[in-house]
Amino acid sequence: MTVLLDKARQRQTRITGGILIALGALIAVFLAPDANGVATFRLSRPTDVWPVPNLVVPGGAFVYVASALLAFFGVRLFLRGGARWSARFLGIGLSIAVAAFLVWATAGKSFSLTGMLQASLVRAVPIALGGLAGVLSERVAVVNIGIEGMLLAGAFTGALVGSLAGGLAGLAAAVAVGGVFGFVLAALVVTYRMDQIIAGVFINLFVLGLTSYISSQVFQEYRALNNAPVFRAVEIPVLSDLPVLGPVFFSQNIFVYGAFILAGLATYYLFHTRHGLRARAVGEHPRAADTLGIDVYRTRYVNVTIAGMVAGFGGAWFTLGSVGRFDEGMTGGRGFIGLAAMIFGRWHPVGALMAALIFGFADSLQQKLALLGTPIPSEFLAMAPYIATIVVVAGVVGRARAPAADGKPYVKE
Amino acid sequence: MSDAMTDATQGKVFGRTQLEDMVIVPLFALVAALVLGALVMAATGVSPATIAQSYVALLKGSVGSVNAISETLTAALPLVLAGLGLALGFRSGLFNIGAEGQIVVGGLAAVVAGVALGDMSAFIALPGALLAGAAAGAFYAGIAGWLRAATGAHEVITTIMLNLISFRLLDYLLRTPFIQKEGRADPISKSVPDAAELPKLLTFLDANLRLHAGLFLTLAMVAFAYWLLFRSKLGFEFRASGENAVAARFAGMSAGWTIVLAMAVAGALAGLAGANQTLGILGRATPGFSAGIGFDAIAVALLGRSHPVGVFFAGVLFGALEAGGRQMQVDAGVSIDLIGIIQSLIIVFIAAPLLVKAIFPWGFRKAGKRENKS
Repeated sequence: MTVLLDKARQRQTRITGGILIALGALIAVFLAPDANGVATFRLSRPTDVWPVPNLVVPGGAFVYVASALLAFFGVRLFLRGGARWSARFLGIGLSIAVAAFLVWATAGKSFSLTGMLQASLVRAVPIALGGLAGVLSERVAVVNIGIEGMLLAGAFTGALVGSLAGGLAGLAAAVAVGGVFGFVLAALVVTYRMDQIIAGVFINLFVLGLTSYISSQVFQEYRALNNAPVFRAVEIPVLSDLPVLGPVFFSQNIFVYGAFILAGLATYYLFHTRHGLRARAVGEHPRAADTLGIDVYRTRYVNVTIAGMVAGFGGAWFTLGSVGRFDEGMTGGRGFIGLAAMIFGRWHPVGALMAALIFGFADSLQQKLALLGTPIPSEFLAMAPYIATIVVVAGVVGRARAPAADGKPYVKE
Repeated sequence: MSDAMTDATQGKVFGRTQLEDMVIVPLFALVAALVLGALVMAATGVSPATIAQSYVALLKGSVGSVNAISETLTAALPLVLAGLGLALGFRSGLFNIGAEGQIVVGGLAAVVAGVALGDMSAFIALPGALLAGAAAGAFYAGIAGWLRAATGAHEVITTIMLNLISFRLLDYLLRTPFIQKEGRADPISKSVPDAAELPKLLTFLDANLRLHAGLFLTLAMVAFAYWLLFRSKLGFEFRASGENAVAARFAGMSAGWTIVLAMAVAGALAGLAGANQTLGILGRATPGFSAGIGFDAIAVALLGRSHPVGVFFAGVLFGALEAGGRQMQVDAGVSIDLIGIIQSLIIVFIAAPLLVKAIFPWGFRKAGKRENKS
């Protein structure tokens, strides 16, 4: 068995090495020749309290060094193996590749790095909250494919109730409706023992159908119902004046702060409270948990409902946190990317948040690059977050372990 | 799902359980979904008279005339084809959400091959275009299969990502000189030449009837899928690895290959569904031509209990809802999105027989009631 495992590891290491070599070659061949001039990264606005000088990088030299480094890492992995390091090398290698790419795209121009990082955090919010919802339900062994639908339900409710009764009421309603769908999912899979993936697909289709129906049947006619206020950024005193860190972390709206706070709370709940321990026991070995007197069904109901509420909060971001109006299918697969973030984050709330930040970065990078006017077609830039998701899921899954009972229904004896 | 599936596959005798499973549950599911759909309409301020009118239109638009039946079948064909592929995947223990993307690449490949082979006779051009569609779909699905086999990446996430990638890829490719229609700035492909088109079948009755030769292709694929699943060695391996992957491995089957092959066959069928659309109805590829067929096909496969014959009837039902829904939108002014709600409700009732039994206890044998309370 260990031999088999080692072989698989070795193959994976070789694949990782191959990817890095290929990346290095691609950068040397395609990027290096036209990385002329210096790339200027703006870090702060002149009006800031403590302005910071721009970061200036010589384009050609940086790209060549990056490609050499990538080739070195790749060859080392390919020849020497070292499975323990392959994930770290892949991470470092990809960061270098992204940096080289950014320098190449910016060469001869200037680019607001702080602005991009700020946008990364904003774009990470629905993914992080979706991933967090996934962590909460998969820790009690309920696979939640329905996060996409719960996000959409939250977005819709946020817009509708927000238009009628103001932003806070809209937010509360979005959280409540998310919770309702969490409860429905729990009822379907726990009480009616429906296949968990089908139940999730049902929630996605149902919410998509219902919100699209109401959107075209009602919103078209009564536009006032789809015109919600947007939560503005809340500046945290003093901290928001810090260079770079201030605009990125301390001058955001409540959804960004909420995602960070909820990730912290979820970590505390899952790993430092009695209820969290019980929840994890239910996810790992429901029979044993049941024997010890833990109510497996109730635990699953409670946790999946809470997961739905988190997703509902994340969904409200789409309307109350950004544009104030609902469009059909506006979540655009963010819930699924959230699931990828959950896997990448190894079923840990903070891990999911970190993974979501990486996806948010990829998302905002492609958007800003489109503005810089690179010769790469915008469609390919738009694919980047999805390709990153596949690479991540394929590259990490072998080492990450899902809760043992994940996806399995539990029937009391 | 698996309980129902084993019942349906292993039950040689068509007994009471099969009757409940194959007839009563779907029937109740349809009725309950329509009733709940009416409630949704009522809740959004649609008057009872309009609700009645819309269901009449639903019936009229799906089976009320030759044209309606032609439309129903036309809408059903791609759903059945893609549904067969998904059913094969489900039987093999793979939850492939990627039919939509496989339809996109399959449909586009069929157009490209059709244009390239346009000067040949129809006996070469049409099969060539169909094969290209199937091959492209198989390749695209095979990526997800390979990722699953080689790295363990879950196919639910990879296929969803491949869907999203395929939309962007389509947008990009439709603007490339080789594919884009001459003299157009918007993303649209060249038109499929006559030789590669699936011929219309009912033009002798009325030139507007859209039913095309994809019907025969679909029926052939239903038979093929049945043979593959239940009569061939490969199908046995698919089902074995779906029922119990560990046992299948100990029986000497290669788990990795089975996954890749099952995904490829599923993708080929979805690719054919795409080719069926571009060669049979649209005559070209445009952005978003897949129109959610791949997602509806998931419901079709589940509703058909992942059995080829069941998938066929489920596809026809969904085709009828689709065709009737369009009539409903025209006649009663009710948004066609309502059909999406009804379809999702049908799925939930089909996939949770316990739920149906809890709502309609009188339709089932007493023994079934024991399962209710656990």
